[in-house]
Amino acid sequence: MRVSGAESVALWHADPDLHGVDAVILPGGFSYGDYLRCGAIARFARVMDSIIAAAHDGLPVLGICNGFQILCESHLLPGALIRNDHRKFVCKEQRLRIESVDSPWTSHYELGQEITIPLKNGEGGYVADEKTLDQLEAEGRIVARYLNGNPNGSYRDIAGVRNERGNVVGLMPHPEHAVEALTGTGTDGLGFFLGLVGVSA
Amino acid sequence: MSLDTVQDAIETPDQPQPFAELGMAPEEYDRVREILGRRPTSSELAIYSVMWSEHCSYKSSKVHLRQFGEKAPPTDALLVGMGENAGVVDAGDGWAVTFKIESHNHPSYVEPYQGAATGVGGIVRDILTMGARPVAVMDSLRFGALHAPDTARVLPGVVGGIGGYGNCLGLPNVGGEVYFDESYLGNPLVNALCVGVMRTDGIKLAKADGPGNKVVLFGARTGGDGIGGASVLASATFDDEKPSKRPSVQVGDPFAEKVLIECCLEIFAADLVTGIQDLGAAGLSCATTELAAAGTGGMDVDLDLAPLRDPTLVPEEILMSESQERMMAVVEPEKLDDFLAICAKWDVTATVIGEVTSTGRLRMRWHGEVIVDLPPRTAAHEGPVYERPLERPAEQDALIDNDGADLPRPKSGDELRATLLQLISSANLCDRSWVTDQYDRFVLGNTVLAQPEDAGMVRLDESTSRGIALSVDGNGRYTRLDPYAGAQLALAEAYRNVATTGARPLAVTNCLNFGSPEDPAVMWQFSETTRGLADGCFTLGTPVTGGNVSFYNQTGETAILPTPVIGVLGLIDDVTRRTPQGFSTDGALIYLLGETRNEFGGSEWAHVVHGFLGGRPPVVDFARERLLADVLINASRDGLIDSAHDLAEGGLAQALVEACLRRGVGARIVLPAWLDPFVALFSESTGRAIVSVPRSEEVRFTDMCSARKLPAERIGVVDLLATELEIQKHFSVPLRELRAAWTATLRDRFEG
Repeated sequence: MRVSGAESVALWHADPDLHGVDAVILPGGFSYGDYLRCGAIARFARVMDSIIAAAHDGLPVLGICNGFQILCESHLLPGALIRNDHRKFVCKEQRLRIESVDSPWTSHYELGQEITIPLKNGEGGYVADEKTLDQLEAEGRIVARYLNGNPNGSYRDIAGVRNERGNVVGLMPHPEHAVEALTGTGTDGLGFFLGLVGVSA
Repeated sequence: MSLDTVQDAIETPDQPQPFAELGMAPEEYDRVREILGRRPTSSELAIYSVMWSEHCSYKSSKVHLRQFGEKAPPTDALLVGMGENAGVVDAGDGWAVTFKIESHNHPSYVEPYQGAATGVGGIVRDILTMGARPVAVMDSLRFGALHAPDTARVLPGVVGGIGGYGNCLGLPNVGGEVYFDESYLGNPLVNALCVGVMRTDGIKLAKADGPGNKVVLFGARTGGDGIGGASVLASATFDDEKPSKRPSVQVGDPFAEKVLIECCLEIFAADLVTGIQDLGAAGLSCATTELAAAGTGGMDVDLDLAPLRDPTLVPEEILMSESQERMMAVVEPEKLDDFLAICAKWDVTATVIGEVTSTGRLRMRWHGEVIVDLPPRTAAHEGPVYERPLERPAEQDALIDNDGADLPRPKSGDELRATLLQLISSANLCDRSWVTDQYDRFVLGNTVLAQPEDAGMVRLDESTSRGIALSVDGNGRYTRLDPYAGAQLALAEAYRNVATTGARPLAVTNCLNFGSPEDPAVMWQFSETTRGLADGCFTLGTPVTGGNVSFYNQTGETAILPTPVIGVLGLIDDVTRRTPQGFSTDGALIYLLGETRNEFGGSEWAHVVHGFLGGRPPVVDFARERLLADVLINASRDGLIDSAHDLAEGGLAQALVEACLRRGVGARIVLPAWLDPFVALFSESTGRAIVSVPRSEEVRFTDMCSARKLPAERIGVVDLLATELEIQKHFSVPLRELRAAWTATLRDRFEG
């Protein structure tokens, strides 16, 4: 967020106060070690009650990797994320196609734009029932799809989805690792944050 | 049976004790009796047996390791030298860096996943203990032959464990090595390295100063895992109603460690501890004796207060438990509330279990009875020291004399081409990404270079352009042929790898993996290795800052290849100037730096093509290594080169293939006319690198090399449009074919 010009504020899991922030990013990681289903415990953190309520009121929320898992566990997003089909953690540079720009998180991109950002997960297989998947497709709520091979067994190559309103987005790959050329895979990920802070494409 | 108190020990001097089962020699047991003036209690016996074990006391290696201090080169780079948990290097601008490598070999054979995972956890806590934030890990791995059945059990488990623990901690894994050799089949090597960053005024030391200060045990509760020898004591004193089948390998909880790291860093920032020590090997025994010995000299502990995972544990087991994710701190009474408040914030269990005294004794109570009363230095620092017999084995001469000069060599272009494809797809030269793709290399957002680059590089912090580069290297076959040279070759390669990225090599850590020290031939290998490393470090000006020795890596009478693994740390002022490995600029000129000789002793070619080991390893020339490093560093800083790759196992051919495949860029190569093409392509002569030089910089670059008298031979050109690596007049291989050969090996083995 800092690279894209915003001020970042750390929220503490046990503190329900959102401190007046304009948007929330649930980052990746291994909340509570992911020994149980990923995100299943973090979903009950006190701060999540406030985030869920605010998300229903339109607060922009982006969940990356473990954050995506928490959003699914919180039922802010449909579906679930399960262990990769090849049963191993995978860390790679991943090609994606942006398929929905109707969200503050993706408005910086053009529809159909292809980007490369890091992907790194052990439980990144996106699953949902056929009806839900059909509905997501019909409503244009698939935010990004994997290109050049499906890295984790996600149904329909889904890398990210959004809610109906578009303010809540879950994404398995890591745009925050593609915000400067020196330490990531380039700057393709910056768009997720620039759109939010109002920089036009 | 009841507790064995100090009073009991006085009253029953002749009670037999299971010292032999605990690995103690009779004379060591007698020495304990002499120190105490009575027989030890079973708890004291537990403490002495683990503290005087080879693993904790370095009793067989100490006399050799002293050279690292005695021959240390003059340097102003070190803020903390050997002896602490890890050495600390001055990184400029008030930054300090600490790094260390440590083995977790035996546990990784027994239980690959947890053995490797807790190896990462242990070295990370060592770095944390110095007051630093851990910022990256690396690991050096050795397994049995690639196609041996047990390798399919051990390797995926080890890789999964390293990834599972390190990824969860949020530490990028930025490099390392993976080698296969049949000698490691029953003794895989798992050497884990961690590097941490701090401000120079934040260095913490492991000592318990100040009588009245509180001793706090915090982190995970103590459980029954990792208890080896304690079962002997327990079964001698207790009946069988306890949960007996406990894992001998510790079980890791990376989330607990992650929380512990953040908790400790907050405690450090608030300046709330006077001393700190992590609990690793020998657990509470080690932490209490070492802290007390290094400080005011005494400590009283109420062992009942230690929080337990298993309430049936007896004192001997609590003292020997190697449960992970625990720390011990010495805290002034007036800072205790703040300390405990931070622990509470992070949900970290913290318990005052004792206090520092000026008695010069470590005393422990259990249910009010004194069960330990000993001078801590005698356990921590005054253990036995052995000058083990050593003898150069008789077959060493035969090994060297049988130099393989008559092994058939490829001659025609087709034969050279086939050899290249055979080598790049071989176990030790093929692509490692099946392993490294299971490690997170991006997390923390400061990774500048990671595997397969020559060295890993991380920026110290987002606020600075300063960075560190790290490489770990070792070659057991070279060391088998000549242990003195083998250590120096490993050092030279790690040093060269760091310089290749543009960083200045500054300090050394090492992990020395050998067979049994009771075998004079192994001890000879060990003494030659330490002598070689100490001499090499002196000549290169890079001091040893710490390290680890792992003995008894053998199955029956057969020891592993002697395997010193050397880690070199370098600094770079501006990470944006780092030199990557891969060719990238169309028309850039490829130069070969250094001299190529007919050197195939211990080479991958001899091993892969002929299954042969003999002769002498390549010659080491440290003056040349320093010169090469200077040129690579200056060329990086002045923007004269846009890629560099060191030449090592597999020689020029391997380096060219890797430089092409890194970004999928072709090259046209003309081998030097005076060299036999086989020697040019596959010799493993040291002190060499390939660089690519943009045409606009060619004159400046060649002027610099000739002014410094570094041989530099133009051998080709980068061709962005070419889809092949062409060795003119001999053969060419499409990049597609190179990639297929290079990348398939590990995937086919472990996915097949």
